[in-house]
Amino acid sequence: MNRMTADTTLIHALRRGDDDAFRSVVTTYHPALVRTARRFVGDHAVAEEVTQETWLAVIRSIDSFEGRSSFKTWLFAILANQARSRFTREQRHAPSPEPSVHPRWFQGPDGEDPGHWQSSPVDWGSLPDAQLLGRESLEVVQRAIDQLPDAQRHVITLRDIEGFDAGEVSAILGLTEGNARVLLHRARAKVRGALETYFEGAAAS
Amino acid sequence: MNSLSCQELVERVTAYFDDAVPASERQAIDAHLAECEDCVRHVDQMRRTIEITGGLSAEDVPMQGLDDLLAAFRAATPHPD
Repeated sequence: MNRMTADTTLIHALRRGDDDAFRSVVTTYHPALVRTARRFVGDHAVAEEVTQETWLAVIRSIDSFEGRSSFKTWLFAILANQARSRFTREQRHAPSPEPSVHPRWFQGPDGEDPGHWQSSPVDWGSLPDAQLLGRESLEVVQRAIDQLPDAQRHVITLRDIEGFDAGEVSAILGLTEGNARVLLHRARAKVRGALETYFEGAAAS
Repeated sequence: MNSLSCQELVERVTAYFDDAVPASERQAIDAHLAECEDCVRHVDQMRRTIEITGGLSAEDVPMQGLDDLLAAFRAATPHPD
């Protein structure tokens, strides 16, 4: 069954008050909603509250779902709106340009090959899997994400943790794809930098 | 565009992954990567960063409040009794 057919079946079941359909859709999406809400608002209890509010909004507005996006995208857009309107300060100012990699990594204008790497990046493929994919790496990533500006944190949460594609993320957050991609790139660059620092420290100790 | 520096390339990695760069720029990036082991490593670090970040989705969240939601659902939608 393709996505649109599955969504149509689900919406019809919800509209006619099918308990099993409701229970099933709630248990399917609840963990991802709470995880996402927590990364948006930074607090578990508030995240649970936002998720409950989201389901209540779904119940209220199921009759107005038009199928222009998938049900899942619509659901997460409701969550994002609930979380952002209540708990985050919108950052409307244009972000200042931040280089993805610190300029000290590159040769300056007087170098032999300006703009080329000053020293080679470490081959992460040579690191042991236990370190690369271990629990500490996840904690480093989580801390780096916690420190991102709101908009960057929202985009990386949806793209790289919850697995939405570029079009879905822009629909959920009400951003253009280009804008969302710039935010995502900055977010990933900071997470990569945090991992690099962590791996360097682990290698030195 | 027929050449770009490493410092320029690192700014385009996400657009490159998303296939959201113009064909001419894609060619320039591919040509650069064919000759620059350092940038290949950097691009690999970005891929692995995305993969490691994806590991955060494995966290399970216990279901809370299902009964309250079901009650709200029943009150709002047609039910025979």
